[in-house]
Amino acid sequence: MNAPHGHSHFRDDEDSLSYYRTMEIAVRELLMEKGIFSAAEVRAQIEAMDARTPARGAAVVARAWVDGAYRARLLANGAAASEELGLAVGPLKLVVVENTPATHNVIVCTLCSCYPRTLLGLPPDWYKSREYRSRVVAEPRRVLEEFGTGVPGDVSIRVHDSTADMRYLVLPMRPAGTEDMNEVQLAALVSRDAMIGTAIIDR
Amino acid sequence: MPGGVQAGMQAGMQAGMQAGGPTGGTAGMYGVEPHGAAAHAVAFSAGDRVRVRTAFPPGHVRTPFYCRGKSGVIERLCGAFPNPEELAYNRSGLPAQPLYRVRFASRDLWPDYAGAAADAVEIEIYQHWLDPEESA
Repeated sequence: MNAPHGHSHFRDDEDSLSYYRTMEIAVRELLMEKGIFSAAEVRAQIEAMDARTPARGAAVVARAWVDGAYRARLLANGAAASEELGLAVGPLKLVVVENTPATHNVIVCTLCSCYPRTLLGLPPDWYKSREYRSRVVAEPRRVLEEFGTGVPGDVSIRVHDSTADMRYLVLPMRPAGTEDMNEVQLAALVSRDAMIGTAIIDR
Repeated sequence: MPGGVQAGMQAGMQAGMQAGGPTGGTAGMYGVEPHGAAAHAVAFSAGDRVRVRTAFPPGHVRTPFYCRGKSGVIERLCGAFPNPEELAYNRSGLPAQPLYRVRFASRDLWPDYAGAAADAVEIEIYQHWLDPEESA
């Protein structure tokens, strides 16, 4: 509907209490009543979650590009290598999978929406969609093309279904022509989607 | 999200670990604490051919439908973790179940797969869902 002053007014959609939303509120309020945690702790946790961005993952990738020994440690134990950069990943078990000229990796969680949040922040909506989750395991090349990411037929695709206790991060290939860039400049090239595997970094 | 819930889960896992005692047998390269005697013995190693059980139990299950009955190759052992099918119902999940990454050829998962022959899907699967398979 167009209002006389030139922009449309959409109805706020804050009154739709779904079953699970109602349950979440009820459980949260019960736990607060029982003193398990406080409203301030919930708020602080949300704030901490919102503060994490893909810049954290990008810093890890850029270090791996400039430091071969770090790259080896990252591939052997992703959590410990992240902590070297001051990026605590908590109880997360992080598996870093490396793109090469022969293999392109892409990440999904077909069962829910498992995602390396400590390094990439909150997942994008499409990552949680049924369409992405069901299609990328069955027709990854078509899905990647829809992201503008064509993978040549002689490059094999490896889809990682994050179904249990591991979380995954793609280590993208360092683009050509970046030999003179420093770590900070390199980190700025690394996109969220490149670390999920739905994009390839080119300058 | 709520810190108290996370802390409770961690306390539960620590209690489980104390029931065991470290043997180091399933201590993975990812800092996974060993569950010792409270963990099932590791049955497979990297390169072994396995087949996912064709089973459809009710309740919380972490083995995707699309790989049930399919055969693949153990890519690595990830460590041992309390069984999520039990944890989901507030039980201990012990003995812990070894967890593997299993690599499936995409063409084995999807009969009409249109991509390259070398394309693959890797899935984390708990040991109790896997049977050994003779090499062809």
